[in-house]
Amino acid sequence: MNPLPRRQRVLHHLVFVLCLLLMVWHGAAHADKFSDSYLSLKTSGQKIEGQWDIALRDLDMAVGLDQDGNGEITWDEVRARHADIAAYALSHLALVADTRACSIVPGEQLIDTHSDGGYSVLRFSATCPEAIRQLTVNYSLLFDRDPQHKGLLRLQTPDAVSTAVFSPENARQQFVLAKASTAQQFGEYVRTGIGHIWIGFDHLLFLFSLLLPAVFIWSGGAWQPADRFRTTFVDVLKIVTAFTLAHSITLTLATLHIVALPSRWVESGIAASVVIAALNNLYPVVQGRRWLVAFVFGLIHGFGFASVLADLGLPNAALALALVGFNVGVELGQLTIVAVFLPLAFFLRRSWFYRKLVFVAGSVVIIAVASVWLVERAFNVVLISG
Amino acid sequence: MTLLLRAYGLFGLLCLCMIPQTVSATPFIPGSGTQVLETLPSRNDPLQRELQQLRTTLAANPKDARTAVMLARRYVEIWRDGGDPRYLGYAQAALAPWWALPAPPLAVRVMRATLLQSTHKFSAALADLDAVVRIDRDNAQAWLTRATILQVLGDYPKARASCQQLSRLAPALIMQTCLSSVASLNGEAETAYHQLDELLQQSTDATPDIRIWVQTLLGEIAQRRGDMKAARHQFEQAMALGVPDSYLLAAYADFLLHQNAAVKVVDLLKQKTQIDALLLRYAIALQAMQSPEAPKYRAMLGQRFEAARMRGDTIHQREQARYELELAKDPAAALRVAQENWALQKEPADTRLLLQAAVAAKDPVAAAPLLAWLRSTRLEDSALAPLIAAIGSAR
Repeated sequence: MNPLPRRQRVLHHLVFVLCLLLMVWHGAAHADKFSDSYLSLKTSGQKIEGQWDIALRDLDMAVGLDQDGNGEITWDEVRARHADIAAYALSHLALVADTRACSIVPGEQLIDTHSDGGYSVLRFSATCPEAIRQLTVNYSLLFDRDPQHKGLLRLQTPDAVSTAVFSPENARQQFVLAKASTAQQFGEYVRTGIGHIWIGFDHLLFLFSLLLPAVFIWSGGAWQPADRFRTTFVDVLKIVTAFTLAHSITLTLATLHIVALPSRWVESGIAASVVIAALNNLYPVVQGRRWLVAFVFGLIHGFGFASVLADLGLPNAALALALVGFNVGVELGQLTIVAVFLPLAFFLRRSWFYRKLVFVAGSVVIIAVASVWLVERAFNVVLISG
Repeated sequence: MTLLLRAYGLFGLLCLCMIPQTVSATPFIPGSGTQVLETLPSRNDPLQRELQQLRTTLAANPKDARTAVMLARRYVEIWRDGGDPRYLGYAQAALAPWWALPAPPLAVRVMRATLLQSTHKFSAALADLDAVVRIDRDNAQAWLTRATILQVLGDYPKARASCQQLSRLAPALIMQTCLSSVASLNGEAETAYHQLDELLQQSTDATPDIRIWVQTLLGEIAQRRGDMKAARHQFEQAMALGVPDSYLLAAYADFLLHQNAAVKVVDLLKQKTQIDALLLRYAIALQAMQSPEAPKYRAMLGQRFEAARMRGDTIHQREQARYELELAKDPAAALRVAQENWALQKEPADTRLLLQAAVAAKDPVAAAPLLAWLRSTRLEDSALAPLIAAIGSAR
């Protein structure tokens, strides 16, 4: 392409300058309407009834309505594209109840008029896997074609109406529809507590290390099977109570931000506590007062629990509720384990299987596993467990 | 309806009559398949063909900055001509690959600044333009747009310096218009007027577009100086030069309203009510004539502000403050909107509105920062003196 002659180039430049110049000075005078869609959602239980008004001119740009290209969009032209309109619109809207997606089924389509022209009205219904407590709306209609487009949501629940505006910067928004009742919240925290004990192998192994010798009595430099269940029961009661008391104290202190420890220390300390407790089974230093061991190390375990609770993002108002609920859950988890383990161990306490395989070999395995954790956590490296 | 009332209860009775049409009119099934539901530009329209061609070229290579800027510019021009802001969104979409980049290519960056300032994101626009002129001191477009924004923000020394950069880069008339526009707000209205008027007389080669632009500005300066004869002359000449743009129509309508010529305003704007700023003048004129049509157009305007409020836009605050003051007759609301607007924009119209609202609301405290600002900028506007006197006696 030949470059333009100089005069012409200057002229082009001038025209360019002037175009923008005028625009810049005159811009403020224009205040017509940007593109909006009107989305209305009405929730009830696990159902949502929806209505979505989308401007015909926006739909024409997105899916093509004006088939004959004469600039007039007729009802026949719109009607012919109903399936495409529904598919286009609903592929740009996602409704998620709590964490699970709701399925949307398109319904009838009508016409309406808003202040800036004709709109297609798409009705739809959505069904969510469970009653909606928290609704996440992910809106992406037209943002790729017109970033100034906004979606105006009107959300109606059985007891309230709220509004929200979706824009490319705010395409995903969450709405709390039903606040969980206090009892439900408490139940959630109890479940979390139980779950943490059961899948938190370090706490579990620590507990087992202390429980394994409970069916024995240290006598004459060796572990002897206990005669009476009562002795064993009292021993376990002391251990579990001491552990509970200790970790409740530090859990509370840490959650209330009264005491804070670096998590690396805490995690290493927990691993060390498991190693020491299991070692004590093989080379007993403390025999009668294992509840004291449970108490001292329980303090460290409490800090570990606190970090789990902190990860849940606690609301200040529900702090006490969460603390108590989580603690109750931890105790319930512990007690269940004790209730299953203790009768079984007592029954098998004289057998070779328990004395050698469970007690000795078990303690050795626990020491090995916990030592790996200790090194990994203390030095921040990965050895075996990922 | 009751639920809507609960949701929008704060906005009172006015909204009550507007909401149905804005959000919850009754949807219907058209009676006939041939019923026309919406009118758009025809695909055979030359402009639409040109746009389609540019869109196709860009779609084949979305990262082609040249085509993207060209398409964005066309969209912006269409927005300027017809007042339809959807085109600003389309322009932004054309620049999508660069929109979030910290430092796009210069041409893209100037266009981004233009779009940002069009949606009143003045500081973001200025940041872009400052960066452009640091790299390319010969970018006339960047200096011009920068001068305009600085003038809107009331930073006259910087605006003037930005205009002066044009001496090497643009025709004298353009630089003088830039300079006179700033100087007229800054204590030199008389000199600014005569310098620009003389240069326009000499610039026989200026196109009608440029003349309209310059004479509109001259009309506004003359009106602020209280020289109504000169203002009328400039506006009438500008109107005779060709198809008047919406800015000229608004300025001329304001002049006519000031001259108690509401009938003329209704005549001038009756076909232009799709543009909010012109609908505003139209409704004010109807009210001045005590026309039975007035309530209908007042309600229409209220609806448009409600629609803007729902989407969270604040770019119509100047118009909205005037609406609250002159049509809705709600001085408290007018003062609130005018204050928010003045925090951002400080053109004479914004200043006048805030002062009028403060007088109407009998709130001299609200006018205090503005009065201090007026003393330092030396804005000359004959409309201000009676207002300043009124606010002084309200103290």
